[in-house]
Amino acid sequence: QEAAKYEKKVMVLDFVTPTPRGNSWGLGGTCVNVGCIPKKLMHQAALLGQALQDSRKFGWQFTEEVKHNWMTMTESIQNYIGSLNWGYRVALRDTKVTYENAYGEFVGPHTIKTTNKRGIEKLYTAERFLIATGERPRYLGIPGDKEYCISSDDLFSLPYCPGKTLVVGASYVALECAGFLAGLGLDVTVMVRSILLRGFDQDMANKIGEYMEEHGVNFIREFVPIKVEQIEEGTPGILKVTAKSTTGNQIIEGEYNTVLLAIGRDPCTRKIGLDKVGVNINEKTGKIPVNDEEQTNVPYIYAVGDILQDKLELTPVAIQAGRLLVRRLYAGATTKCDYVNVPTTVFTPLEYGACGYSEETAVEKFGEENIEVYHNHFWPLEWTVPSRDNNKCYAKIICNIQDNERVIGFHVLGPNAGEVTQGFAAAIKCGMTKEQLDSTVGIHPVCAEV
Amino acid sequence: GKNEYDLLVIGGGSGGLACAKEAAQFGRKVAVLDYVEPSPQGTTWGLGGTCVNVGCIPKKLMHQAALLGSALKDAQHYGWKISQPVHHTWSVMAQAVQNYVKSLNWGHRVQLQDKKVKYFNMKGSFSDPHTVRGLTKAGKETIVTADNIVIATGGRPKYPTNIAGALEYGITSDDLFWLKESPGKTLTPFVFNVSLECAGFLTGIGLDTTVMMRSIPLRGFDQAQMASLVTEHMESYGTKFLKRCFPTKVEKLKSNRLQVTWKNTDLNTEETDSFDTVMWAVGRAPDTKSLNLEAVGVKTNAETGKIVVDASEATSVPHIYAVGDITEGRPELTPTAIAAGKLLAQRLFGQSSELMDYDNVPTTVFTPLEYGCVGLSEEAAVQCHGSDNIEVYHAYYKPLEFTVAERDATQCYMKMVCLREREQRILGLHFIGPNAGEVIQGFALGIKCGATYPQLMKTIGIHPTCAEEVTKLHITKRSGLDATVTGC
Repeated sequence: QEAAKYEKKVMVLDFVTPTPRGNSWGLGGTCVNVGCIPKKLMHQAALLGQALQDSRKFGWQFTEEVKHNWMTMTESIQNYIGSLNWGYRVALRDTKVTYENAYGEFVGPHTIKTTNKRGIEKLYTAERFLIATGERPRYLGIPGDKEYCISSDDLFSLPYCPGKTLVVGASYVALECAGFLAGLGLDVTVMVRSILLRGFDQDMANKIGEYMEEHGVNFIREFVPIKVEQIEEGTPGILKVTAKSTTGNQIIEGEYNTVLLAIGRDPCTRKIGLDKVGVNINEKTGKIPVNDEEQTNVPYIYAVGDILQDKLELTPVAIQAGRLLVRRLYAGATTKCDYVNVPTTVFTPLEYGACGYSEETAVEKFGEENIEVYHNHFWPLEWTVPSRDNNKCYAKIICNIQDNERVIGFHVLGPNAGEVTQGFAAAIKCGMTKEQLDSTVGIHPVCAEV
Repeated sequence: GKNEYDLLVIGGGSGGLACAKEAAQFGRKVAVLDYVEPSPQGTTWGLGGTCVNVGCIPKKLMHQAALLGSALKDAQHYGWKISQPVHHTWSVMAQAVQNYVKSLNWGHRVQLQDKKVKYFNMKGSFSDPHTVRGLTKAGKETIVTADNIVIATGGRPKYPTNIAGALEYGITSDDLFWLKESPGKTLTPFVFNVSLECAGFLTGIGLDTTVMMRSIPLRGFDQAQMASLVTEHMESYGTKFLKRCFPTKVEKLKSNRLQVTWKNTDLNTEETDSFDTVMWAVGRAPDTKSLNLEAVGVKTNAETGKIVVDASEATSVPHIYAVGDITEGRPELTPTAIAAGKLLAQRLFGQSSELMDYDNVPTTVFTPLEYGCVGLSEEAAVQCHGSDNIEVYHAYYKPLEFTVAERDATQCYMKMVCLREREQRILGLHFIGPNAGEVIQGFALGIKCGATYPQLMKTIGIHPTCAEEVTKLHITKRSGLDATVTGC
């Protein structure tokens, strides 16, 4: 859309290869269809369940029995997503961007072949190409995984309540999904191979796990599934999962209605003909290395988003990178995407917002004696009356002593962590120091003032 | 020295307690006098001051109760099945809130004890610059002397003076939070943030609420849009507004209800209606009457009655200081009082020279749709720099959570006021929407660091949140373009 502003002739190819369960969706990519948007809405549904409980303590009265209807929620969410898909179609049309719902692959220099749902092929040429095909969930490669398990690609439009669920994985996808499923009243177990939230501050990751355990999510640690079998057909049916310990020979079995795999995502770069045009990819991961101007090794081919090597898999980063790239190509701009101090939030039942270094990485980079960590537990005012979770919320900032106690890491665990973290990220961008933080007056009473 | 204490603090509220506790950290001998004169309706409370007892804390909790009412409605769109009818019981909420406040009173008592600060539940008045006479409720007298004295007695709600029946039959925020029974159909005349916030949560818990205003809402806040967006939302939320009206008298009916008569300045008519409760919110007056400031010569502002202080919180009398709502020209906010109190103690006893910075203090009005802001309003920026030298970026947005809940987001709005010249420093940020306080806090820090528009644009957004829209502001008012944000 940015390129079209500069009166360039632009075409977008979008195609969703159906999931092993046959699931597909419209224009907009992962975020809109099977990522951020439906995830946050289901998280909100779970939070509202908690709000219902709290409200009794604040004087609201209604019947004891409160139940959740999966179909009502999913239908509302899918309707909203449908409106977004439609919105994108309209926006592309209005900006005169040609859109084709077809699978694209390179066949030669500057040439791409498209194949639509009905198998009809066309060829197109372009001066420049931008690859932004993103990723899809990875499967385990064990018997029964593709036949019986689902992934996040299927969860958000599942036409029946998932029931008793086993979530395999310890990524933020796994924890966020496990979190809201439990919040909606379902029996949830998370099977973790080793640590939670690899790559995130481990102190915070453990607190998130603890909170979830205290709130009814079961964890099976240091096990991996080796086989999934179907015991009973149905929507949902009953599945039997066999798992092996990672530390010994112990084998366990369990029965679940649904098995949700969230063990990672793989880039969609292997079958788009990159070899035909000579674009290098990392053979092991499938990701595409680019320079700091998002250019691949082939000068007229660029890439943005989740498929990039060593970059963050986040929607706002992809959007920013894409826009700035186009401005550099067509508007004479020079600004490059700033990948440093990108804030993020994990929408687990107890939300976690972060910007900058984790404690481990800060210690590694600067040395333990050169960093100072300030931290605090806090109790959101709204949780006092319903007597919820005293001393679970937590905030910490990591400062670089040698650089005027500049804040290099910000971490907060609590409600509305995303809203809280955003402004702090802006402040960190401005080089905020501990002294400036101390001299800023708090808004009272909010969580962020801590 | 010859004085009994190093520091005597008169007033155990946000500013006073912060100052006392900080001074005690330096190993000083500290005493606190706290006394609550009952309201005309007879309401009184424990240690902690306005914020804890009749301000921020109970206000936010009742606001939360109202928000939970909305959450109950939203929840049904998200698949939760709740059988109707749903209703709210005031006494359950009030008791829960009051119990929590009492636990805070207790907590403060314990903290003072732990830090070895002497606490007197007495009303203080000056005998001389180092001597204060303390009087208990029973009339017992104690004389306290100190090297340094800090006045932090805060303020109390004003009653209108020229309206018959106002004092006898009306209540104020001092009473509202301690009511054992529901206030029922309520009228809140005049409009400061207090009355809007109270009217907001009363509406939210299902009570028939009317706000009466003579002229503009939220005096002192950004008028260009923010104040009217807030009140517009409240109107669509169910709060009734009687605009350009002012009350002339309040009478008690045989049924014990109240008959209020008012003048409608638009139609030039007199109108009347009956209510269960009339809650005045006409501003607050500094609590200096009983201090006997004349005896020691502490100067107050002739118009407001507040104590005049310099940048170091010193009054016109050496060794006598003042912090918090009682001081002239300072924002009436708990965090500024706390910060000022702490810094004062650090300067007096801790070899610090750091003064309190009152610039760019962020704040939030907790109306049903919250309004958070930091820095200059648009009017103030124009007045200060001229409209040619400022650029206002703005956007109407829709919180994701409102979509499925089918909630109206017409008033969800944000604007950033910047200097137009090269650097484009941010002068003010205004945000209306859910969790406004949480959103604004971090940006307030940025503004403290001198944040500029380009720096904010370089900051990547967190998705999906409302706050990320701040980092995407790009439509200017000057351009006249439609500022509605669309999609992802």
